[in-house]
Amino acid sequence: MAVIHDVMPAFLLLQPASLADARKLLEEKGSDAWILAGGLDSFDWLKDRMRKPKAVIDLSGIQELKGVRSTSDGIEIGTMTTLTEVANHPLIQQKYQLLTRAAEAVASPQIRNQATIGGNVSQDARCWYYRAGWPCYRDGGNICFADTPDGRNREHAILHAERCVAVNPSDTAPALIALDAKFVLQTAKGERVVSAEDYFVGPDIDITRLNILRPGDLLSSIRIPPTWAGAHFYFEKIRDRQVWDFPLLNVASAITLSGDRIERIRIAVNAVAARPLRLASVERAVTGKPRSAETGEMAGNLAVQGAVPLQFNGYKIPLMRNLVKRAIAGGQETT
Amino acid sequence: MNLLQWATDPWGQRVPIHIAWFLIQVAFVSGVAFLIVHAAYIRFFAGDKQWSGTTAPEIIAAIPERVPRHSRVARAFHWLMAVSMFTLLFTAFLPKVGVKFPWVTFHWIAGTVLAASVVFHIIHASFWLDFWAIWPDKTDLQDAVRRVRRFFGQTAPPPRRFAKYPLENKGFHGAIIAAGLTVIATGVFMMFRVRTIFFPRNPYLFTDVTWGWMYVLHGLAGVGLIALVMIHVYFGIRPEKRPITKSMIFGWMSRDFYLREHDPARWKVTPVAVHPTREEQELRDAS
Repeated sequence: MAVIHDVMPAFLLLQPASLADARKLLEEKGSDAWILAGGLDSFDWLKDRMRKPKAVIDLSGIQELKGVRSTSDGIEIGTMTTLTEVANHPLIQQKYQLLTRAAEAVASPQIRNQATIGGNVSQDARCWYYRAGWPCYRDGGNICFADTPDGRNREHAILHAERCVAVNPSDTAPALIALDAKFVLQTAKGERVVSAEDYFVGPDIDITRLNILRPGDLLSSIRIPPTWAGAHFYFEKIRDRQVWDFPLLNVASAITLSGDRIERIRIAVNAVAARPLRLASVERAVTGKPRSAETGEMAGNLAVQGAVPLQFNGYKIPLMRNLVKRAIAGGQETT
Repeated sequence: MNLLQWATDPWGQRVPIHIAWFLIQVAFVSGVAFLIVHAAYIRFFAGDKQWSGTTAPEIIAAIPERVPRHSRVARAFHWLMAVSMFTLLFTAFLPKVGVKFPWVTFHWIAGTVLAASVVFHIIHASFWLDFWAIWPDKTDLQDAVRRVRRFFGQTAPPPRRFAKYPLENKGFHGAIIAAGLTVIATGVFMMFRVRTIFFPRNPYLFTDVTWGWMYVLHGLAGVGLIALVMIHVYFGIRPEKRPITKSMIFGWMSRDFYLREHDPARWKVTPVAVHPTREEQELRDAS
C-alpha cells in the first residue's frame, strides 16, 4: 500500500548535460534507473514509496531535449519542452493548433510550466488502485480491483479493456496521433522512430506498461510532419473540474475538406482505453462524406461499437459518441 | 530465492499471487539438461536391449505386417491436444520472456479445447479403449527393478518385453495427467477472472488466498509442462522411438518392431482395426 511521505526517498541523482551522457547512464543503470522529466508523475511515485529506483536520471539539464525546431519535414519538439512552451509556440499555434489546444487543456498553468510533453505522453495510469500500490495486474498481480462488482471505475476504460481497465490520461497523445506525429526513441540498439499510435500499448500486449519504452529507453523528440499543417482541427476535453483535472474523455481530429466534403481525416480519442485510440473505422466511414451533423451522428455511433461499460462508467459511451460527433461535424468546442 | 511472488491484499493479508517467473527458465534448462544426459547415456553407456521370454511361432505367424496401435479417434485426440498444449505454452510463457502479443484470448480458447479433449479422452479411454493399458502393472514394476539392477551391474534376468506401452511411457502419461489436470482445473476457475463466453466474470468466487494458490498451482503445473513437453518431443524424434511416433500418425507399427519390443502375450493385437495395404487386400480378396 502507498505510504505517503513529505520528503523524497534517498536515491542517486544523476544529471547528464547531453543526450549522449543520458544514453550512457541509462545503458549503465538499466532497470535501476528512473527517468525524471518534469517530475509531475515521478514525484508522486517516489514520495509515495511506490517506486524505489536506485538512480534517478534528471533530464532537465539537457538542452538538446528542449525547444521546438523547424525542420525540412515539419517540426521537431524536444521531449523536455514544457507544455506552456508547446502551447505558446508561434509555429505550433500557426500550423498545428490542435496541439496547442491539447497542451492548453492539460492540468493548470503552474503544472504546464513544469510538465513536459514527453512526460505528458509517457505518464503512467491514474487508476487509484494501481497508484495506491494494490497488487493489481498492472503492478504484476493477478486481479483488477477496479473491474470488480464493487470497484470504483467511473474514470476507467470502455474499450479494449483486457483484465486491466485503467486508461491513458494524456491530453496531448490523441492530438499527436491525429497530427500523424512520429516519436523518436533512443534505445540500446540506436535511434528508433515509431508513429505516435504505435508508441502506446494496451493491456492485451503489455499489462504493466502504457507505452513501448523499456528500461534503458528514452523518448527524445516528437516530430510532426507537415501533412496536416493548417487543417481543420478539433480538440475537446471533458473533465470533472475545469480548473485542473485529468480527462474523463478527450477527442482530437484533423480534417481537410474538398468543398464541403471530408477529403482526409485523422481522429483519436483518449481516456477510454489503456492507450489512445485512433478511430480508423470512423476515418474510413466519413472520408468523402459531407462534414455535417448526419455524418457526425453516424461517426459517433460507429465509434462506440464494441464499447463495454463497467459498473460506474456507462456515461462514457454517450459522451464518446457525442464528442466524436462534434469532432466530425465541427462546432463550438468546450474543454 | 523466492519460488513464489507474494503481495499484500487490500485487507493487509500476505497472499501469494503467482510463481516467480524465473521458474520458466528453470523448467527450460531442466528439460534441456535431461535431453543432454539422456542422449549422452544412450550414445555412450547404454548397451543393446536385452529381453527375456520368447513367442510361439504360431502366435508370430498370426501377427499382421501392420500392428494396429492407435485408433483414428485416439490419434485425433492426441494431435488436437498437442496443438492446444503448444498454444497454451506459447501464449502463457512467451509474453513472460519478452515476446509481447495479445495472448489471453488465445490462451483461454486453447485451454477450453484442451479441457474438452481431455474430458473426451477420459470417457473414450474408459469405455472404448483398454483403460488399464496405460497404467503400470506388477510386471512393469518387476521389470523396472530388473533393469535398474542390471544397470548397476548386479545379477538379474533381462526384463520382459513391454505390453502396449513401455513403463516410461506410462510414467510420462501419469506426469502429464497430474500437470494437465492441475492446469485444467485451476484454469477453468481462472476463466472467471477474465471475460469469456462461458460464464459471467466473478473475481469474488474465492478469497484472495485461494485465488493466489490457484495461480501458483497453475503456474507450477504450467512450467512443469514446459519440461514435460520438451521431453515428450525429444523422445518422439529419437531414432529408436520413431516407430512409436509414426504409429501416432498412421495408427500402426511394423510387425518387426512389435515383436522386438512388445510381448504379444501382454499386448494382444486386433488386426481388424488396421487398414490393410493394397497387397494385403489383394491377397485377402484372392483367398
